[in-house]
Amino acid sequence: MQHHRLFPLIPLVAIIVVLPLLFPSAYYFRVAALVFIFAIAALGLNLLMGFAGQVSLGHAGFMGVGAYAVAIGPSQLGIAPLFSFVLGAAFSALLAFVVGRPILRLRGHYLAVATLGFGVLLTIVFTNEAKWTGGPDGMAVQQLAVINWTLRRVSTWYWVLAVSFLVSAVIALNLIDSPTGRALRAIHDSERAARVLGVDVAQKKLAVFVISAVYASVAGSFFALVNGYVTPDVSGFLRSIELVAMVVLGGMGSIIGSLIGSAVLVILPQALTIFHDYEHAILGLTLMAVMIFLRRGIVPSLSAALSGSHK
Amino acid sequence: MTALAAENISIAFGGVRALDGVSFEAASGKVFSIIGPNGAGKTTLFNVISGLSIPDDGRVWLGGEDVTVLAPERLARRGLSRTFQNLQIFSHLTTLENVMVGRHRHESTGLAADLLHFPTVSRQNRMTRQAALNALGRIGLGAMAQRPAGNLAYGDLKRLEIARALATEPTVLLLDEPAAGCNPTETKNIETMIREIAGDGITVVLVEHDMRLVMNVSDRIHVLANGHTLAEGDAAEIRTNPAVIQAYLGTRNAGAEAARAFG
Repeated sequence: MQHHRLFPLIPLVAIIVVLPLLFPSAYYFRVAALVFIFAIAALGLNLLMGFAGQVSLGHAGFMGVGAYAVAIGPSQLGIAPLFSFVLGAAFSALLAFVVGRPILRLRGHYLAVATLGFGVLLTIVFTNEAKWTGGPDGMAVQQLAVINWTLRRVSTWYWVLAVSFLVSAVIALNLIDSPTGRALRAIHDSERAARVLGVDVAQKKLAVFVISAVYASVAGSFFALVNGYVTPDVSGFLRSIELVAMVVLGGMGSIIGSLIGSAVLVILPQALTIFHDYEHAILGLTLMAVMIFLRRGIVPSLSAALSGSHK
Repeated sequence: MTALAAENISIAFGGVRALDGVSFEAASGKVFSIIGPNGAGKTTLFNVISGLSIPDDGRVWLGGEDVTVLAPERLARRGLSRTFQNLQIFSHLTTLENVMVGRHRHESTGLAADLLHFPTVSRQNRMTRQAALNALGRIGLGAMAQRPAGNLAYGDLKRLEIARALATEPTVLLLDEPAAGCNPTETKNIETMIREIAGDGITVVLVEHDMRLVMNVSDRIHVLANGHTLAEGDAAEIRTNPAVIQAYLGTRNAGAEAARAFG
């Protein structure tokens, strides 16, 4: 019996609805909002890495584009926040299209270094163009207003981001269960075989790169809007590595995994602050332990263990 | 009628002439085999024909059109597909999905439709799935449809790769050592499969080391040695050609092979 492709989202919707009832303070809403934001970016990167098998170590660069779009658009160009949001996503798509063409011919480590360079380059631009971006100190971001209603409360953000994440997940699940999705997964295993079967590998890779860039851009815009300010750190190298870690930790090729990966890497550092000086050491050790004992990532490893115990 | 032709193909890798002026014509709906000792240039010739390598000199013709510089995916859309000597299975996909990817060139949904799951995508998925299931049924792998392809037995993988290439509905199918590593039963299955494929009017170009299989199925055989054409003819002519016997016996490792083939 085959489940419907959106089946995995049902328990997720239930959790999203129940969770706020358990939140004791606004702080919890804020952490949950951040989890959804990074889950959207990780989900996009997962399409690129987990499904098509192409690595990117510069994906936070697109988060930066989205973040600065909602910062610069309204304050310096007089463009409405919501429209700036869309323009940022469109610009990220264009940027990914232009950069992806030459870069995606590279493979493995070479692709990793090239995308890393791209991310670093964008961070330098955001840092140096101080006239537009406020330089290393960053800049304030206007609140998101739709007609006369301003999105202010963090609990409202929780719902907006939960729905945004679900929409992102539905689109990702749609893609996976489609001719393009099958072609992408085939590319992951053997590019040569995919080509001799008529799959235009270069075109498919470019398409998924553009899609994943839009996911990152959307996440970046949300990140800037929720925080109310943006600094060049949003697109930094560490941020890119964090996104890759979320994908791998949660499980390559697992939609729910991207959410779990994001949750672990957002919540764990907050929870570990009680250990003061040892916070980072414990975080590092936890990540190592997870990868050693759940080597395919949290969700795929646990679901394999669960289905194995039923047989 | 000629389905596939190579004309004066030459290619060198770092000063070594892998192929030197090789020409042949494969007739439509027939089995055309390319044989030769190890290092003769068979796989190189296959890579040139299937668009993975571009020759330094010479042309490749598919159905009367010059396709020398066309990429593999373009050739696939014009009806030429191939299998690989070392298996290139999509091991993370199911057996069924492997064949479904073979239907890619017949799928017509756009990227926007795929992302938003338009009704056309469901319809397309159903059609692709049904075609792939039929193809699996024909090679007796229907029961394995939902298994990860990586879990299949070696002989089944060999047949799966052929079924996947067939799913593209090619006019010309290149088989690169389909029986390599197979036991006698599996080889017999491959032989039956090749006969059926040619029976359906598909031109088969075969590279194979198992001479018994080659002699049994080939309508015409082209012999390569050191990148040159040594001989061409039907099985009876090749079997008795002194130059061919000499070429096989002349290489240390091929002695047993030649004895088995020609003895």
